[in-house]
Amino acid sequence: MANPNGIGASVRRREDARFLTGRGTYTDDINRPNQTHAVLVRSPYAHARIGGIDAAEAMQAPGVIAVLTGADMEVDKVGSLPCGWQIHSKDGSPMKEPPHFPLARDRARYVGDPVAIVIAESREQARDAAELVMVDYEELPAVATSRKALAEGAPLVHDDAAGNVCYDWHLGDLAAADAAFAQAAHVTKLDLVNNRLIPNAMEPRAAIGEYDPANGDYTLTTTSQNPHVIRLLMGAFVLGIPEHKLRVVAPDVGGGFGSKIFHYGEEAIVTWAARKVGRPVKWTADRSESFLSDAHGRDHVSHAELALDKDGHFLALKVSTIANMGAYLSTFAPSVPTYLYATLLAGQYKTPAIYAEVKAVFTNTAPVDAYRGAGRPEACYLIERLVEIAAQETGIDKTEIRRRNFIPAEAMPYQTPVALQYDTGDFAKNLEIALPLVDYDGFAARKAESARRGKLRGIGFATYIEACGIAPSNIAGALGARAGLYESAEVRFHPTGSVTVFTGSHSHGQGHETTFAQIVAERFGIPIENVEIVHGDTAKVPFGMGTYGSRSLAVGGSALVKAMDKVERKARKIAAHMLEAAETDIEVKDGRFVVAGTDKSLSIGDIALQAYVPHNFPLDELEPGLDEQAFYDPKNFTYPNGCHVCEVEVDPETGVVEVASFAAVDDFGRVINPLIVEGQVHGGLVQGIGQALYENCVYDEDSGQLITGSYMDYCMPRADDVPSFTVRYHEDQPCTHNPLGVKGCGEAGTIGASAAVMNAVVDALSDYGVTHIDMPATPEKVWQAIRRATPAQAAAE
Amino acid sequence: MPCTVSMTVNGKAVSREVEERTLLVTFLREHLGLTGTHVGCDTSQCGACVVHVDGRSVKACTMLAAQADGAQITTIEGLAASDGTLHPMQAAFREHHGLQCGFCTPGMVMSAIDLVKDNASPTEQEIREGLEGNICRCTGYHNIVKAVKAGAEAMHGSGAKVAAE
Repeated sequence: MANPNGIGASVRRREDARFLTGRGTYTDDINRPNQTHAVLVRSPYAHARIGGIDAAEAMQAPGVIAVLTGADMEVDKVGSLPCGWQIHSKDGSPMKEPPHFPLARDRARYVGDPVAIVIAESREQARDAAELVMVDYEELPAVATSRKALAEGAPLVHDDAAGNVCYDWHLGDLAAADAAFAQAAHVTKLDLVNNRLIPNAMEPRAAIGEYDPANGDYTLTTTSQNPHVIRLLMGAFVLGIPEHKLRVVAPDVGGGFGSKIFHYGEEAIVTWAARKVGRPVKWTADRSESFLSDAHGRDHVSHAELALDKDGHFLALKVSTIANMGAYLSTFAPSVPTYLYATLLAGQYKTPAIYAEVKAVFTNTAPVDAYRGAGRPEACYLIERLVEIAAQETGIDKTEIRRRNFIPAEAMPYQTPVALQYDTGDFAKNLEIALPLVDYDGFAARKAESARRGKLRGIGFATYIEACGIAPSNIAGALGARAGLYESAEVRFHPTGSVTVFTGSHSHGQGHETTFAQIVAERFGIPIENVEIVHGDTAKVPFGMGTYGSRSLAVGGSALVKAMDKVERKARKIAAHMLEAAETDIEVKDGRFVVAGTDKSLSIGDIALQAYVPHNFPLDELEPGLDEQAFYDPKNFTYPNGCHVCEVEVDPETGVVEVASFAAVDDFGRVINPLIVEGQVHGGLVQGIGQALYENCVYDEDSGQLITGSYMDYCMPRADDVPSFTVRYHEDQPCTHNPLGVKGCGEAGTIGASAAVMNAVVDALSDYGVTHIDMPATPEKVWQAIRRATPAQAAAE
Repeated sequence: MPCTVSMTVNGKAVSREVEERTLLVTFLREHLGLTGTHVGCDTSQCGACVVHVDGRSVKACTMLAAQADGAQITTIEGLAASDGTLHPMQAAFREHHGLQCGFCTPGMVMSAIDLVKDNASPTEQEIREGLEGNICRCTGYHNIVKAVKAGAEAMHGSGAKVAAE
């Protein structure tokens, strides 16, 4: 490697210096001169008619400046929060898209739906006064689960969404699937729930709105993964502020996991209110508020059937899923259970016929949208549970049944029956790498050893593939996206040879300030210290679609390469001029611009200086300056894939599941910084393990109250709940259609882990005849499953 | 009712008039501007606000500022040497990639330092149990555990490591 801090090096993160010394700048760390504080009054009911709001007493409370409601927003013609995707039902009709106002107007539709904002001199004063706001609620019957929402005669969340159905969509070839089922030697059937989760980035959401009457400029500082998207959505659709008058800044952001992609009402509320009160307005969520009002994730109820021939080859897959959208459509919500889920149902297998139907429903719960993996963990979990059960039912070893059905590497590029075309992947090799890592052959001995200690041991596999690098704009558009999903980058060389890179990707833990700088340092042969990465500010970065769907490197990094290509082309021209050579004679070697066949050469630094202090440029052919911008729109999705293997030990007396070991073999294409990538995998794995064993969002079915509304009720995985991991990369299948050969690594851990863990849990309980448990496999659920499966044994104890 | 609280924070004597209900974490963040100490929950579960009070780790959201009257407080801002040299535990977190978004990090580092103060060679299990009060959503804890182990060794010097073995 030419550059010690170049591609492939585990460069220690540059952003750590500020985070480790308390100098990070998160939104809540920022205070503006003359700032006010806002607290939201939220509906305590899952469904209620709002009769009137009496703020007289609150207005008298110390320090209160204003109490504003949905009626005030209506007067100011504040719009509805827009949805970024439109799905069409089987019958061609567009999805139901009821308005979602930042402050509820006539009805509140979930516990936590904002109905008023109290603005005061201090946060404590605002909080005290919020309790004095009298809202005349008339409680209405509520539906808190998707099953209840679809029941005959269920109360309607929105009057114009009959049966609470948002859309009833399908994908694939039903006739082909039915024909294959008719020929099947065996059919494996499964009903399963993909449990609802609350993302829980450790930094609660926050927003500061500012308005400068001197020039009519607005500024929103917010905890966002994509400030430009917020500017577009809030400016154009909600508040009617032209983009040149609206700056959105997402400073250091304390984790996102999808939950900070979306445009939330609070962002519009503080921006609008700042102008109303003539002072900056700051809002920071309590954790309790985050539980209630952050977009939740998952929440699928599915029935699936897999048809196999007599040798265990998959013939067809049919899936029927009910997806909970919550009370309103969040920004990306409709795409998650459709194009990010059903399109992945081929998994790593050559199943020739697939049909999926998805019914999305409204309920009186918080909106549900993308959470790390977004649709792909749901697909992986469903497929891999089915495959494992099929293996058990047919008596074929769980690794062998997968081998028999893997899409072979030589079949790439491979067109699946559900719209995607995989470019690369060697799935059999992932498995072959994983088996010795976990000593698969030694499992029987370990199981016997566990049994001697009275424990049940199980091993579970999950192979996954995901569509990342979201997204080719033409495909995304065809699938219902209302915007293209490209990325931008600007590479600005300064006269003294240092570089500022402006990227539309946003880092909220991923380490872009390091990884992106490595790419630039390597390309131009310059020290990494000379490269600055700027992100998260619409006033600095030309444009950006932000960070989600494991897209930063695959799309944002590719935009960066494209901008560097442009810089190099320009630099080559300048070098030719400076060295009095023909442009075609200039070669670039290790970042130096050399006249071919001579010892005459220039560094990029020499060229940058001339670019800004030119005296004799041929101005008709060569402009001064060395600053280039590029937009990159991917040609295809990228397809990270891998094989995860989990071993668990279950205590049959208590039902406690312990993850004994976990190995992940992942194909992310080319890896830029192995240390950072490994960290991404670890974090993803624990979120997947969390879903499998600990985390579960529960609403009371009757009242619609959130039962799991704090860290005392919602079980987050803690350090002593999880093991250390074995992580390996499989790097010889680079992505074929982006310049870095990268596929993305941010979501992989989450996608494979929950299936691997649950397969291991069910394997451990297989001696008791247990074939399936829904997540999370809590001690109580496992204990009950054991007792149910062995009534005789339970009675004897 | 306002009250006056005085304490030593990162070696500096401070005194402020605050509302009686002011939490120590609010005092540090809002009154002293020490925003390195974070607030990640409202039920004293997450540990993002851990600071040292008279040398022991404390969740600064569980304590009123008035209760810390007269105490010696160390926050994440007070760990590194005045020349900028990182505390060995801070350095270990960087070396082992024990942080991603950085939000839980100050509390995690402060807890880790207290955890290994009297234990030069904690086992993985001891570290995991010791950090049970600090939630991290990014790292999966794997690299935090490695960092704390390395940080403990660095804090106690290689001599201590040999002696412990």
